[in-house]
Amino acid sequence: METGTSRVKRGMAEMQKGGVIMDVMSAEQAKIAEAAGATAVMALERVPSDIRAAGGVARMADPTIVEEVMKVVSIPVMAKARIGHYVEAKVLESLGVDYIDESEVLTPADEVFHISKNEFTVPFVCGAKDLGEALRRVQEGASMLRTKGEPGTGNVVEAVRHLRLIMGQIRKVQNLSKDELYHEAKTLGVPYDLLLGVHETGRLPVVNFAAGGVATPADAALMMHLGADGVFVGSGIFKSENPEKFARAIVEATTHYEDYGLIARVSKNLGAPMKGIEISKLESSQRMQDRGI
Amino acid sequence: MKIGVLALQGAVAEHIRSIGLAGGQGVAVKRTEQLGELDGLVIPGGESTTIGKLMRQYGFIEAVRDFASQGKPLFGTCAGLIVLAERLESGEEPHLSLMNMTVARNAFGRQRESFETELDVKGIDSPLRAVFIRAPLIKEVGENVEVLSTYKGEIVAAKQDRLLVSSFHPELTDDFRLHGLFLEMARQAR
Repeated sequence: METGTSRVKRGMAEMQKGGVIMDVMSAEQAKIAEAAGATAVMALERVPSDIRAAGGVARMADPTIVEEVMKVVSIPVMAKARIGHYVEAKVLESLGVDYIDESEVLTPADEVFHISKNEFTVPFVCGAKDLGEALRRVQEGASMLRTKGEPGTGNVVEAVRHLRLIMGQIRKVQNLSKDELYHEAKTLGVPYDLLLGVHETGRLPVVNFAAGGVATPADAALMMHLGADGVFVGSGIFKSENPEKFARAIVEATTHYEDYGLIARVSKNLGAPMKGIEISKLESSQRMQDRGI
Repeated sequence: MKIGVLALQGAVAEHIRSIGLAGGQGVAVKRTEQLGELDGLVIPGGESTTIGKLMRQYGFIEAVRDFASQGKPLFGTCAGLIVLAERLESGEEPHLSLMNMTVARNAFGRQRESFETELDVKGIDSPLRAVFIRAPLIKEVGENVEVLSTYKGEIVAAKQDRLLVSSFHPELTDDFRLHGLFLEMARQAR
């Protein structure tokens, strides 16, 4: 009997496919998310848009919030650790969270090194904005990937950019010859073996979700259309006017992302989505996606 | 043999791959109308609360119960096993309520307790690699249910007439023998 194997950790992410993982800040919100059909919740002290507004250093959530959420829902509970913060991740693992997000939404604890995730029993999800970042995170032990997007903006454009880039790079790698692959591995800064796997299978070695700016049912469906395996919704749900309705609508639109009549129906009278931010208005210091490459 | 995989949420592609390896044709099922053309249906692993909720929303509870009453076989893995059960230990409302058993969800604990192991399964000649992920357990079965496998004394695979369930994930390995067993059930049901 073996725990924490790569098959067990990656398999857990496979079970999330086609699903919506929702940010929650309390036990009450977690129950709303579960009832709406979320496949997992991310327990946080503040959603990304509040982290943006508050400024300062964003850290791992108070363990009390994480434990309260774990107590009230039967679906998996995820929590965020700062990039490179080994101890925050160990603390979350000791609490028994089901997945750790080593996340650029929090202020990085290390400007060079990510956590060595292979030595943990708990699986990790990490953000990526291109194939190089994606495969570097897998090499460090990430069992699931997500686009970085630009969290807390309610603007899907960056998540679209990252997913399109990754899918395009995969298609390119599929068509390279062996000698070109050696060079491409060097250019991308990734291990040759992982790149060879992408070349042979035409896909990433782990599940890849969309994240960072998904705010509406149509946004979620767009990311599925572009090839995401599922969707993270951060501020989009509990910063909208009617979180319960929004959550249900995003779940339905993700499942039936090619049924446009259904997406039209669930999008009716949803109330106002979260207020968005135009990306070009962000100063470079506020761009979370540039953290941890 | 055309086998559907309920594609509302969960590990759909993996089952389609295993069905193919076992010599069948796997198709993703998103609408109840598709059931008519199938010889069998797999309810995959995923989150049972999500899958159950979406099944209710899109009329799959009645449609799949009809499908089963026509003698068509069903195969539930992990969340799919929960969805097929008549009784849930937590007292939650059952979903399809077809198989005479009581099921405990997340019976091994949280994700850090998830594991893989070698397992003997009745009807399969040598042990197979079984991957348990936040897996459920069958706590009790009715007389008409045949136990196919146990792990540390607890039931992890079973069969009732044309219903097959496992609390582990055969679709996450290259071993397609359990899918082969299901295809055989579909062949006999024809």
